[in-house]
Amino acid sequence: MITLTEVLTLSGLLFAIAVAGVFLNRKNIIVLLMCIELLLLAVNFNFVAFSRFLGDINGQIFVFFILTVAAAEAAIGLAILVVLFRERRSINVEDLDTLQG
Amino acid sequence: MFVTILFFAYSAVLVAAALGVILARNPVHSALLLVLCFFTSAVIWLLLNAEFLGIVLVLVYVGAVMVLFLFVVMMLDVNIEELRRGIAGYWPFAVAVAGFVVFAIINVIVVQHLGGVTLKVAAPLPAHYSNTRELGIALFTRYAYPSQIAAVILLVASVAAIILTMRRRPGLKSQNVSEQVRVRAKDRLRMVKMTSGKRP
Repeated sequence: MITLTEVLTLSGLLFAIAVAGVFLNRKNIIVLLMCIELLLLAVNFNFVAFSRFLGDINGQIFVFFILTVAAAEAAIGLAILVVLFRERRSINVEDLDTLQG
Repeated sequence: MFVTILFFAYSAVLVAAALGVILARNPVHSALLLVLCFFTSAVIWLLLNAEFLGIVLVLVYVGAVMVLFLFVVMMLDVNIEELRRGIAGYWPFAVAVAGFVVFAIINVIVVQHLGGVTLKVAAPLPAHYSNTRELGIALFTRYAYPSQIAAVILLVASVAAIILTMRRRPGLKSQNVSEQVRVRAKDRLRMVKMTSGKRP
């Protein structure tokens, strides 16, 4: 049988890979958004695992809501990306310095 | 035993695909590998008896979100080489941060045993257990109000995405329906009273 330790280790590895991806692909916004999806997936793994091993369905309800918010975030993020590309002809993060931040 | 073998096989594919997502040179390859990530995650969730969420992950993520990603990636004419330049400088930092995250998580899980919680093996499920049924009962009773809020969030997100990407091109000939409806006959039509001529 699968143990909780294995699932949590897998989710931790996935989270670490996604965090590394955020640092590696600092210039490409599309891959950054994909890394955020991976981060949310890793968190969902924790919720599903604890829901199973505690015998509590509420964890899966939370995964449901996280999926909802992640889908909304992806839709708005990609819409902003399309508008950005139309204005700037670039999705390089370093080109986005209009606010001088 | 069979479940364990499946779990490890799919975990290996999942980790490899996740590494591929962050290392692939082409964003299209990243998106396709992310689809593979979601498929393998769905399988692992099925092994953990979360059947409904596994299917939802495939339907919502692979069916909708990743198609959206692929669509945007292919629509944008991005110079990949430009974006890849200077990436080599970041990798020691990325490896350090990822190593720290792995170290912290392994420390909590393996060394400290989650603070003494013993959850080695999941309790066996009853014979006629239905994950979808349990989830539905919880979602439509205790979480009825939050699910309404989730629906509103989705509505707002879709309206926002449409409004953001709507493009108004100048000089485009189109009907203005409200103006058409507001027109009254007296604005357009002038009734002229004429005396009828006498027949000679």
